[in-house]
Amino acid sequence: MPRSIKKGPVISEKLVRKVEELNKTGKKRVIKTWSRRSTITPEFVGHTFAVHNGNKFIPVFVSENMVGHKLGEFSPTRIFRGHPDRRKG
Amino acid sequence: MARIAGIDLPRDKSAEYALPYIYGIGRTTARQILTEAKVSFHTPVRELTEQQVVAIRNIISDKFKVEGELRTEVNLNIKRLMDIGSYRGLRHRRGLPVHGQRTHTNARTRKGHKRSGGIRK
Repeated sequence: MPRSIKKGPVISEKLVRKVEELNKTGKKRVIKTWSRRSTITPEFVGHTFAVHNGNKFIPVFVSENMVGHKLGEFSPTRIFRGHPDRRKG
Repeated sequence: MARIAGIDLPRDKSAEYALPYIYGIGRTTARQILTEAKVSFHTPVRELTEQQVVAIRNIISDKFKVEGELRTEVNLNIKRLMDIGSYRGLRHRRGLPVHGQRTHTNARTRKGHKRSGGIRK
């Protein structure tokens, strides 16, 4: 079940401020962030975020049809190397 | 012979159970359509009059996305997820469950038949 619309999307305020700043000055800079839960808004389009995955920062270039997703969706936290071998070695 | 939304023609079943043979129409939508077309749920398909069939056909083409069109939309949605490189897209690419289910065991619907080697003895 999705989040109630009444509450609005979750976006870290710091991120919004940084993006606005960049939009105003027209500069492009990679924004480092740990805020994986932040929803991508239309203002974010065209910026690059370095999204933390618990280990390192994964660069995410935001395109138009990413709007509405969360930053964390683009920064995988697990590396799958197959299931453990059940036979004892 | 009732032919609605392209290829579908179920026959001896009652209208309520025949309409869900169309991709994109389940029991709920079937009932909505029949209510609007003023057809009893229990009328067998073979006894539908021509006007009734036309009414049903019109309602479906006006209000619902069915069959090919709907399939295209679903596939486009999946393709979008894959193209933007989101987690859900990655799962689709790998053919693994998308909604966070366990994959250590089960998940056979997405993974297909068991393959030996690595996975089990």
